Amino acid sequence: MQRRDAIKTGFSLVGLLAAGSFVYKEYANAKPVLKLRPPAALDEDEFLTRCIRCGLCVEACPFDTLKLAEFKDSGVGIGTPFFTPRDIPCYMCEDIPCVVECPTEALDPKLVTKDGALDINMARMGVAVVDEKNCVAYFGIQCDACYRACPLIDKALWIDYKRNERTGKHAFLLPIVDSDYCTGCGKCELACITDKAAITVLPRDMVIGKVGDNYVKGWVEGDDAKLKDVDTKMHLDSKKGIKYLNEDEL
Amino acid sequence: MKFTIARRVVQLTILGLFIAGNIYGINILKGNLSSSELFGMIGLSDPYALLQLFLAGFSVGSASVIGALIMVVFYALIAPRAFCSWVCPVNILTDLGAYIRTKLKIGKNIINISSNSRYYLFALSLIFSFIFSIAAFESISYIGAFTRGVVYLSGSAISIAIIIICIEAFLGKRLICGHLCPLGAFWALVSRFSLIRIYHNSKNCTHCNKCKVVCPEMQVLDIVGKQSGNIRSECISCGRCVEACDDDALNFSILKFRREQ
Ligand code: SF4
Ligand code: SF4
Ligand code: SF4
Ligand code: SF4
Ligand code: SF4
Repeated sequence: MQRRDAIKTGFSLVGLLAAGSFVYKEYANAKPVLKLRPPAALDEDEFLTRCIRCGLCVEACPFDTLKLAEFKDSGVGIGTPFFTPRDIPCYMCEDIPCVVECPTEALDPKLVTKDGALDINMARMGVAVVDEKNCVAYFGIQCDACYRACPLIDKALWIDYKRNERTGKHAFLLPIVDSDYCTGCGKCELACITDKAAITVLPRDMVIGKVGDNYVKGWVEGDDAKLKDVDTKMHLDSKKGIKYLNEDEL
Repeated sequence: MKFTIARRVVQLTILGLFIAGNIYGINILKGNLSSSELFGMIGLSDPYALLQLFLAGFSVGSASVIGALIMVVFYALIAPRAFCSWVCPVNILTDLGAYIRTKLKIGKNIINISSNSRYYLFALSLIFSFIFSIAAFESISYIGAFTRGVVYLSGSAISIAIIIICIEAFLGKRLICGHLCPLGAFWALVSRFSLIRIYHNSKNCTHCNKCKVVCPEMQVLDIVGKQSGNIRSECISCGRCVEACDDDALNFSILKFRREQ
């Protein structure tokens, strides 16, 4: 009787060990993935409170761009949609089926609607960033693969001509991203000819900076408007000096 | 066996339709159990998931609200927890786990908890959704993860399946569906007034207890042999007891509105 119990316990332990090792496999291999959300996704926090993880956007995408995150895609939110441009970029469908299908408005049509019509160019899925050290155009070798791939060519991605001092008679044709127009579709990243893309789409909040009100472009008309309600009183903490003398180690 | 076979057919058909819709573009059912689209027109949403999203953000798309209401009304009116035993694919796994458990004659639970735990987890998931602004259960839901894995034909479904089967077989009897699942708790609450119920006729009962052996929610059969009546909404309407009973004491019946209660 005792032996049979022992065998059963053994079974249970082996079974649980198997389960445990599967959990381990799923979680331990989790790779951080960049969160490139489908077009018109709300801000990340809001997106997570809205997305019901149904995959209707994934299903709607004719290019199989979108995937639902699994356990192994850490940092995305299990079950929420994302895409990896170097595998499949967003082809920027004019009728934006992914957004239209979303039942919870986690992909909010309002964000891509202008004058009552859908406009995919308003999507801000991310922003492309060029690695100047590894982009061959910066070597002086002619390459415009990304530039040609860009659906907003000459707006989101344009070419800057610069004299090549080394040869004296050639020009550098440098790809430059304008973050005002870049939708983050990632077609440039897919097109890049280097082994690992030298132009990469990153989530906008990771890349785009924010300037405080104190920097005014004096040469831009109306830029000083932002100073209108600024509090101009100086705020000095008169006790700070005393505190500094008394408390800080000098 | 007829109910078990019918249930498996329904469960697998729904998964099959999702796979057909998601992978092959056959326009019957698309999406997954969290939210889906029937014939490309009727949106359906999991009301419990939507409740969490609502508490997390206080705004949800109107399409999903209508879809969730359709679901609540549908499941609230038919049989108790019909979702659990007729739709939810995890039920196939937990049944398999329970089957292995019986075959190996594992009696002892490694984890013992009350079947009421699911109601606490249910309440907790709503509180957490509110506090942390994230659909608390939905974001870790094994039901969602497994269903997504299956309907998008991803390998992760296999690992999740093995974990669930092992938990059911080795950790505790009917641990997941019978004790922990907050979604099951939600449907049990919604099913209070479902119309199709298991009716126990104690005149026919011979106290053989076969029904209690097969029932995944044993406690609901506490009236067996004692009094006639409809059994509670924690019943998952699987019909196993009906199949097991040789004396015609248990059967599905349309709820007669009784005076008491
Ligand atoms: S816009 Fe088109 S290609 Fe891009 S994610 Fe949506 S459906 Fe896919
Ligand atoms: S369709 Fe909307 S709710 Fe569904 S997974 Fe996509 S973003 Fe989330
Ligand atoms: S991601 Fe690249 S291709 Fe797409 S809009 Fe931006 S620069 Fe152009
Ligand atoms: S495709 Fe790549 S290497 Fe070529 S110009 Fe663009 S970023 Fe540089
Ligand atoms: S009472 Fe019968 S129908 Fe209900 S869960 Fe138990 S075995 Fe299934």
